[in-house]
Amino acid sequence: MDSKRTNRRDLLKGGAALAGGAAALGSLPAFGQQEHDHVMAVGGAPNDYPMIMGSKEEIEYGQRSKFVTSVRMAHPMGGRNSPDDFGKVFHVATPLQDHVGVVTPTSLHYVATTRGSYMPDIDPAKHTLTIHGLVDRSLTFTMDDLKRLPSVSRLQFIECAGNRHNGRQKTVQESHGMTSCAEWTGVLLSTLLKEAGLKGNATWFVAEGAEEVKGASSMPIAKAMADCMVAYGMNGEPVRPQNGFPLRLCVPGFEGIFNTKYLRRIKIVDHYYMNYNDYGHLDKEPAEAALAFQIGPKSVITKPSGGQRLSGKGYYEITGLAWSGGGAIRSVEVSTDGGKKWNPAEIKATPQRMAHTRFGYMWNWDGNETEIISRCTDEIGQRQPTRQEVAKYWNVPFDRNYRMPGLDNSVMPWKIARDGSITNGLA
Amino acid sequence: MGSLKFAAIALLLASPVLAQTYGVGRPTTPEELRRLDISIGPTGDELPVGRGTATEGVKLFQSKGCIACHGKAGAGGGPAPALQSKKGPEVPTWEKEHILPLSAPFATTVWDYIHRAMPVGNEGTLTADEAYSLTAYLLFVNKIIPEDQVLDKQSLPKVKMPIGDDYARLPEWKPGTPRLAGYPY
Repeated sequence: MDSKRTNRRDLLKGGAALAGGAAALGSLPAFGQQEHDHVMAVGGAPNDYPMIMGSKEEIEYGQRSKFVTSVRMAHPMGGRNSPDDFGKVFHVATPLQDHVGVVTPTSLHYVATTRGSYMPDIDPAKHTLTIHGLVDRSLTFTMDDLKRLPSVSRLQFIECAGNRHNGRQKTVQESHGMTSCAEWTGVLLSTLLKEAGLKGNATWFVAEGAEEVKGASSMPIAKAMADCMVAYGMNGEPVRPQNGFPLRLCVPGFEGIFNTKYLRRIKIVDHYYMNYNDYGHLDKEPAEAALAFQIGPKSVITKPSGGQRLSGKGYYEITGLAWSGGGAIRSVEVSTDGGKKWNPAEIKATPQRMAHTRFGYMWNWDGNETEIISRCTDEIGQRQPTRQEVAKYWNVPFDRNYRMPGLDNSVMPWKIARDGSITNGLA
Repeated sequence: MGSLKFAAIALLLASPVLAQTYGVGRPTTPEELRRLDISIGPTGDELPVGRGTATEGVKLFQSKGCIACHGKAGAGGGPAPALQSKKGPEVPTWEKEHILPLSAPFATTVWDYIHRAMPVGNEGTLTADEAYSLTAYLLFVNKIIPEDQVLDKQSLPKVKMPIGDDYARLPEWKPGTPRLAGYPY
C-alpha cells in the first residue's frame, strides 16, 4: 500500500515532465492497472490540467479554486466605504448572483454594523453571557456552559433593513446583497430563560453586544420564547468574528440589527427600553411602526440578473431566492413577460422557516425583449407585493422613485434586451 | 383511574418540553452586574448618582474631541452626524432632522448612548458627571432645557422632549401572524 501511494505521488509530481514521455512512463510501475482491469494506452492520456501541489496549509484549511473569484463589496447604498480610512466596517454586500443552493458561504455572508465599527477580538475562554433583570436569579454562562445545554441547528436568513432595491443599482449584489442564510447552531434563548426563571411581569428584553458601541435592541419577550437562539456555531464551525464570534443572538425573521453580535448581556424588562438602535426605528404612524421587527415575504431572481448576458435563444433556468419573516415559503411564481402571466416555480428543497429557499423555472427565451420577475407566498399566506400595490395601500401617488415604508420587500424586475444583456428593470 | 392519572402527570413532568432546567450557569455577582448593566430605560431607574449642566458640557464637548466629528456646538460638517437642528422652533419635530438629542422621546436615551458609545475610540470611559453634562449641553443647544439646568438622576427622566407623545408605540408581536393586517401581500 505504502509503495503504491509513493509511486502515485511521484508520478503526479513529475506529471508535467512525463507528459508525452512514453519511454519514461514505460519504465515506471504500472499506474492504474492495480485498481482497474483495463490497460492504459501508453502516452495516450496526458493530463489536461496542471496539478496543485499538496501543501500543509491546503491540507489544514482548504481554499477555493483560483478560478473562483466571487467577492463581497462595500454596499453602495450604505454611503460609506468598508473598510473606511480608520479600518472600520459599515455595510458589506454578498455576491448573490454567484451563490447556488441556500447556504451563503461563511466568508461571503453579508456584514453590517450599527455605525461602522471594529470587530472585538474576543477570547472565548473569557467571554460570558449574563441574563438578568426580571428573573428569579441572574445567571452568567461561559461558552463551555452554553455547550452543555441542548443544542439546536437550523437554517436562518438574516437581512439588513437597509436592503433596498432601486433603479440605480446594476447587479443583484447591489440591490439585494444585504441578505444571507447560514446554518446556525446554539441554545434556544427560552432554555436559558427557564434556567434563570422568568418573572410574570416580563414583557420585553434588551440584547446587548460587546463591540465598542455596545449595540443594544429591545425585543418582545414573546419572540424570545418563540424561537430566538443564542448561537455559537455557523455553517459547522464557530461563528466568525465578522458575524459575532463567539456568540450571536439569532432572531428568525426579524430585521438584521436585532440579531445581536458579540452577545454579552440580556436584560429582562417590563417596558420598551428605547435604546439607540430602537430610536432608529421610531415612527410617527402606528401602521408604519407595525412594519418594524418582522420581515415581509421577499424574493429575487439571482440568475439571470443585472450585469449578466444570455448567450442566445433557448432554454435557461431562471433561479433565485425567496424568504419571509412570517415563516416558511409556500410557493414562488416567475413571470417572463413583465408580470402579465405568473408561472409556478419549482422549490428546490423543503422550505425551512425564516430561511432562504431556492427556486427554479425553466424558460425558453425567444430572443425578444422582455422582463423577468419573481414573487413568493409564505406559509401564513402573505404574498410579496409590487410597489404599486404598496403605494395604493398607503394612498400615495406612485412613481419610480417611490420609497416604501419598512423593509422593502417588493418584487424586482430584470430587463432582458434583444442582445441578451440584462439590466435593472426599475431603471 | 387514579393510577392512570398519576402516570399521565409523571409522564408530563418527565417531558423535556415542560420547563426542565439543568442547573447550568452560575449566579452573577452584584459587582459584575454593576459593571455590565449600562442600560438606562425611560424611567431612569438605573441612572447613577452624579450631576451636570450645559455650562460644564460645552467644555467637555471641546476637551473630549466631540467637535472634531460633530462640528462646533454640534453644528455638523465633520464625519459624524450633526447634533443641532438647523430648523427653527416653528418647524414640527417630525419635519426636523433625525437628531438623537432633539427627536428622541426620552432624554435617558441620549444619556445612555453618550455613556455607552462615545467618544469614538474611548467608548465607555465617560464618568457619570461627564455624561450628565454632555447630555445637558446637547439638550441646551437644541433649545430643550436652559443653560443652567442641572441634570441628575431625578431631573433627567423628567425632561420634556419636543416629540412629546407624538410617536407610534409598537404593536404586540405574535408568532405566525402577518405584521400588518390588510397590508397588500
